[in-house]
Amino acid sequence: MKTETSALEGALRASGDLKLVAYMMAGHPNKKRSLEVGKKLATSGIAALEIGVPFSDPLADGPVIQKAGQTALEHGMTVGASLELAAAIAREGIPIVLMTYINPILAHDPRRFAAEAAQAGVAGVIMPDVPVEESEPVAGWLRSASLDTIFMVAPTTSKERMATICERSSGFVYCVTVTGITGARSELPGGMKEMLGEVKKHTSLPVAAGFGISRPEHMKSLRGNADAAVVGSAIVAEIENGGDAVALVKGLLKACR
Amino acid sequence: MGALQELEGVWHEAKADAQFQLELAGHRHAFIGRPTPLYAANRLSEHFGGAHIHLKREDLCHTGAHKLNNAVGQALLAIRMGKKRVIAETGAGQHGVAVATVCARFGLECAVYMGTEDMRRQSMNVRRMKLLGAEVKEVASGTKTLKDATSEAIRDWVTNVRTTHYIIGSVVGPHPYPEMVRDLQRVIGDEAREQYLSVDGKLPDVVVACVGGGSNAIGMFTAFLDDKDVSLVGVEAAGSGIKTGKHAASLVGGRPGVLHGAFSYLLQDGDGQVLPTHSVSAGLDYPGVGPEHAFLRDLERVDYVAVGDKDAIAAFKLCTRLEGIMPALEPSHALHQAGVIARELGPGGRILVCLSGRGDKDMDSVDEN
Repeated sequence: MKTETSALEGALRASGDLKLVAYMMAGHPNKKRSLEVGKKLATSGIAALEIGVPFSDPLADGPVIQKAGQTALEHGMTVGASLELAAAIAREGIPIVLMTYINPILAHDPRRFAAEAAQAGVAGVIMPDVPVEESEPVAGWLRSASLDTIFMVAPTTSKERMATICERSSGFVYCVTVTGITGARSELPGGMKEMLGEVKKHTSLPVAAGFGISRPEHMKSLRGNADAAVVGSAIVAEIENGGDAVALVKGLLKACR
Repeated sequence: MGALQELEGVWHEAKADAQFQLELAGHRHAFIGRPTPLYAANRLSEHFGGAHIHLKREDLCHTGAHKLNNAVGQALLAIRMGKKRVIAETGAGQHGVAVATVCARFGLECAVYMGTEDMRRQSMNVRRMKLLGAEVKEVASGTKTLKDATSEAIRDWVTNVRTTHYIIGSVVGPHPYPEMVRDLQRVIGDEAREQYLSVDGKLPDVVVACVGGGSNAIGMFTAFLDDKDVSLVGVEAAGSGIKTGKHAASLVGGRPGVLHGAFSYLLQDGDGQVLPTHSVSAGLDYPGVGPEHAFLRDLERVDYVAVGDKDAIAAFKLCTRLEGIMPALEPSHALHQAGVIARELGPGGRILVCLSGRGDKDMDSVDEN
């Protein structure tokens, strides 16, 4: 939609290497630790950080992210506190993408949400339960606040819808590599390369592959086919288990080169 | 979105297809047992001061509730789309049983998602589904009731969408479900209106139906929307009382929001998080409501009220003792409200109630309370 290149678009454009986008849930396992982990991830070499805003009914998420969201809500995480967290992490100089279901945005007031997210230094917003056809006027308000709007393409998306999704996206296009919900898979589906190639035909934006991506060998198979990979559940599980999420990310980054 | 667009297309095609309608009518007659009778509840009428109360006997549908009207229609659509696996969510278990039943009837693979809490309070329906050959998938996340069972069914559907049709049990969820389920349930009101007129040529003053997601109510109301002299009353579950916060009355006590792909009234906190619900009846225990009900509320065409657990249980017992009809707890909410309206109207008043299902499944809940 936009003619100038956004910070997000620039950060995700592959330059030989595959770029990595890490996902974390705001307020998981609690507010303090999620800020610590977020800051460390921001400076680990990733291209952008995706921060999930917890929601009671996360339809697109598998058990790992569902549980993290529930834990965050139990610890009193809110939309406002998620924006504060994003602001603190954005100060590390990393593009931040918020992934949030639509109802918390509606309850917060979408125009206020757009203004506050922009103020917090957020670069873009993903709304997994908003199909592109139903995205106005909220997407317009986000764009007016200079936020990128990232829409998702799935393996079942028709070519006509793919064109619309690419046309209406800014920052990058999110390519869901599996039919289904978030969560680590051992192998990526066949047909993924063809799908990424098809999306590339419709857009000059960077294309990021996500859902099910968790292992270094996945990075290798994406290199040259996608601009970036999004890793979520594997990182969230590491945080949940008290492991070293940064070490996990560094291992994945090695496979991106 | 692809699957929803496919479904919308197939539904509109089927709706216009005389052959499909003929087949549906055949199954309605021979398998569901339609038309269901309109019954004059004379002893209830007398008890409530003399207004005439009629019951539309959806409890006499095969499997014991109006849910089968929708399940049969959508099973035919699944076959039309070449999908051999069917999934469903269920709260009270009546929709789950209806789907398991049509899957047995048409030879389809079947999985039903049900919350742990509902499996406990509706154990008889769990056994029925298993005997019918369905896999009952326990949902232990979130509130462990209908809302979370619906979320889990949607997750299954997006994962297996190429082979699977999702039969939503109410007028909720993304388009085209609310419209399609309404179209399949409107047979209730179409029949009832004709039957009522044939009694003495007049229409009722008031039509009453319970509202959880709202499929029996929409099915009943649709036929009467243009009859400006007929008042329509939707009865939600007030649980322990609206003021206690322990209820399931989305239209009476909620605000607009998005859940499961529909923009409608929703029980939620100030931050947009969906709130847990409470009702003695598992079938009304849902924090959202069909978007068409939200529309009818905002148009002020339908009056929505809420009735609590205790009043519903009392109405359950009253109807059982006075009429020899054991209603489900869901329409017992509507029966209580019918009594309130009957006393207001007095002798000569004319009330039609949708008795959406039978109460055998609720005996444990009634004994507990």
